[in-house]
Amino acid sequence: MTSPLLQVRDLRTYFATDRGEARAVDGISFDVREGETVALVGESGCGKSVTALSILRLLPEPPGRLLAGSSVQLRGEELTSAAESRLREVRGGEISMIFQEPMTSLNPVFTIGQQVSEAIREHEAMSTGAGERRGAAARRVAIEWLDRVGIPDPEDRYGYYPHQLSGGMRQRVMIAMALSTRPALLIADEPTTALDVTVQRQILELLASLQTELGTAVLLITHDLGVVAQVADRVMVMYAGQIVEEASAEALFRAPQHPYTEGLLQAVPDLEERRERLAEIPGNVPRATAWPTGCRFRPRCPYAWSRCRDVPDLRRSGPAEGSSARCWLTDEPERRSSGSGFGLRSPDGRREGVGES
Amino acid sequence: MIRYAVRRLLEAVPILIGIVTLIFLLLHLAPGDPATAYFNPNVSPEIIDRMRENLGLDRPLHEQYLRWLRSFFTGDFGYSFSQHRPVADVIRDALPNTLLLSAVSLVLIFVVGCSVGAVQAVRQYSALDNVTTFVSLFVYSMPGFWLGLMLILAFSSPAMPEFLRLPISGVTSVDYEFMGPIERMVDRVRHLVLPSFALGIASAAGVARYMRGSLLEVIGQDYIRTARAKGLSEWRVILKHALRNALIPIVSLLGLYLPLLFGGSVVIEVVFSWPGMGRALYNAILARDYPVVMAASFLFGVLVLGANLLADLSYAVIDPRIRTD
Amino acid sequence: MLSRARRERGRETWRRFRRHRQAILGLALIVLLTGSALLAPAIAPYDPDAQTDIVATRYQAPSVSHPMGTDRFGRDIFSRTLYGARISLSIGFLAILIAITLGTAIGAIAGFFGGRLDTALMRGVDLLLSFPRLVLLVVLVALFEPSIALVTLVLGLTGWMGVSRIVRGQVLTVREMEFVTAARVLGFGRTRILARHILPNVLTPVIVAATLGIGNTILAEAALSFLGLGVQPPTASWGNMVASGRDAMLDAWWITTFPGLAIVFTVMAFNLVGDGLRDALDPRRVA
Repeated sequence: MTSPLLQVRDLRTYFATDRGEARAVDGISFDVREGETVALVGESGCGKSVTALSILRLLPEPPGRLLAGSSVQLRGEELTSAAESRLREVRGGEISMIFQEPMTSLNPVFTIGQQVSEAIREHEAMSTGAGERRGAAARRVAIEWLDRVGIPDPEDRYGYYPHQLSGGMRQRVMIAMALSTRPALLIADEPTTALDVTVQRQILELLASLQTELGTAVLLITHDLGVVAQVADRVMVMYAGQIVEEASAEALFRAPQHPYTEGLLQAVPDLEERRERLAEIPGNVPRATAWPTGCRFRPRCPYAWSRCRDVPDLRRSGPAEGSSARCWLTDEPERRSSGSGFGLRSPDGRREGVGES
Repeated sequence: MIRYAVRRLLEAVPILIGIVTLIFLLLHLAPGDPATAYFNPNVSPEIIDRMRENLGLDRPLHEQYLRWLRSFFTGDFGYSFSQHRPVADVIRDALPNTLLLSAVSLVLIFVVGCSVGAVQAVRQYSALDNVTTFVSLFVYSMPGFWLGLMLILAFSSPAMPEFLRLPISGVTSVDYEFMGPIERMVDRVRHLVLPSFALGIASAAGVARYMRGSLLEVIGQDYIRTARAKGLSEWRVILKHALRNALIPIVSLLGLYLPLLFGGSVVIEVVFSWPGMGRALYNAILARDYPVVMAASFLFGVLVLGANLLADLSYAVIDPRIRTD
Repeated sequence: MLSRARRERGRETWRRFRRHRQAILGLALIVLLTGSALLAPAIAPYDPDAQTDIVATRYQAPSVSHPMGTDRFGRDIFSRTLYGARISLSIGFLAILIAITLGTAIGAIAGFFGGRLDTALMRGVDLLLSFPRLVLLVVLVALFEPSIALVTLVLGLTGWMGVSRIVRGQVLTVREMEFVTAARVLGFGRTRILARHILPNVLTPVIVAATLGIGNTILAEAALSFLGLGVQPPTASWGNMVASGRDAMLDAWWITTFPGLAIVFTVMAFNLVGDGLRDALDPRRVA
């Protein structure tokens, strides 16, 4: 194979804020290959959404800025230095994006049909039949897509305004809009977070089936490991503006290498095992204007020791091929068993950490 | 939509009755009565009594009130003593001039206000934005009558080149009768320029401030990010997706600025000798011509009521969230 | 404890207000204007009403001895503008005081008691707002003998409706908040709840509305006086000064120009401060 579909290298996006410069995304690198689903996971404030917006250069600049040396390549073509006109072709054409809030992501003054066909027309993603006007062709394709994403009676719904639809239906519209131009990559930023659990599942199934059908690669951004387990091939865990662990979904869930991943996994309620207690990671995500020195997870890490004052790099770790973690434990795995691990939280929220007295 | 319009219309009825009643109470409970005000002391008491009879002032208050109410259904507003003709005629001559002036000012207010505000929002924090903000605040603080006088001063100055000279009073030139149809149009438009500018520019500054804020808020919305993510040009994003949303709250300003325009027309019409309702009201007040005062203030009330109705309906028309409910 | 929190909030507000450069400019202007109005007798180079040797002194263009020129009676425009500031500013302040007192009382009563009283009061507000203010003003003023007191009163009586709507809205919001419920449970009387708990919360938007309202009041007074229905000559007010220069405008531009500029800068100063206050008092806004 030649170059991957999307290749991100040393991406750094900083923001000017009142408190100083926020290093929201601080040197991350990853690939997305054709057709695969990659999840980017982390707590809110870790920089995952900024990463997504940086790829398409959709961040307001200023206050945001992409640092020199950052590279985003689409099939070998550099996007960070691309002209605005080329970027516009990529946006919604080769790379589409859907967002967290279907309630506010659609324009309230245009019908959903108009908004879908606008994308189609912008990227000429239609063939006009004999004697058919461009507008009519776009409308026909838009209705096809509304049908494909499971909107009942699409001919009629074409004229509906966003406020007349439920959240789940609006997210379907967003998906129709994003996929109707047949992009090679779909960036889905927390696509199900704002939805009910049952609707979440339907949307994920819809995404998965359309993806198989179209061969679209998906970069899924989420804080929800449950969602990751359902759909992802590969997972990248992000913390404090950096990727701290990367592995196949299977390897990650079986044997997390980074303590942060371990903490996240223990915080997921597991219905099948009926575990009564959830672990929680102590403390909060630090501020992007003042990341901790050394290993950025050190202040919250139950295993931290003196070596963690030095900055670890992302290195190969664990038994599985292609797994890597940004942690000194990869050098000294024996420390893991001697450490205290994450305390368990009983359902009433009290911590019962082993290491606590 | 039609039901909404009908409902709003019905809601206006009690206010309308309130307007009529309030004007009646104001003018009849005031010290002295309209008839005494007309005449100097050496007019014989018999004439004053006849006057009273004519105005219906010798009748009990409730009868006068009913008569007054009735006059608005019949369109018979009584007789103007200062102009020696029916009040209805006075109104018929004056109202179109005021409506024309207000309409032109209104267009100016919204076109200028929205464009300036939009440019400011798109160039937020630029030097252009800062300078414009300051200038519009200055304009916003200007009294209309003073601006009018300054315009008259400037446009009648000998330094003003001939082709820029604009008429400073009235609706038409003295030789209007002898003009061809196109010349007449041009003449009317030229007469409108200065009064409508003086009447509207302060409000335009107000609209610009509002528009700037409204557009800035819309530009921060998620659906604008969606539009950019679709690959639309920045130009399309602003003009198509943002502007339309930013204009929705602007429409509600109609209800705020139309009354201001009607009020301002009193002063501006006096300054530019514009023969409209404002000037008619002013002259009637100076002449103590109460039938005209009552009819004119009533009509101003109706105009404001109409403006509010218009604002609500336009709001419903351009905001699908209201229209389709 | 409460007072300390309030003092801290006050300090925070002042800090944010200070950062608002335009508001500081406005405040400086207001101080300058009020100061020169108060000290007018000391500052003014001439008696504002003095008419001596009219033929020799009238219609003088601005010069060193008369920085803003003289009018048709030979009176010094600069001195008259200073004295006019006393009239315009005091009418502005007093009228707005009447307006906010009335507006706060009516709005608070409507919001707190609700029901039919509320409906009736708010319908009344709607009714008064359906007249253009200037129309209402000229009609009201024309019914009586013109005087400064009348103008002030009438401006106050036509300027309270906006404030009452703001106050009513705020009272409705605050009324539902927990501490009012708590006060009620503790058995405090309604009047006491109203005075102790609700009014302080309502104060902020009212102060902003009042500051912005002074500008409008000064404009309305000027318009009335310009039309000859407000402050009567020979007492100098900016509005009647502009009017007095109207006939001779083409020969003596200074008579209309300078009092008008005084109006613009005064109104602008209050608007600047009002905007600054609004930004500083609103915690959601970042100035």
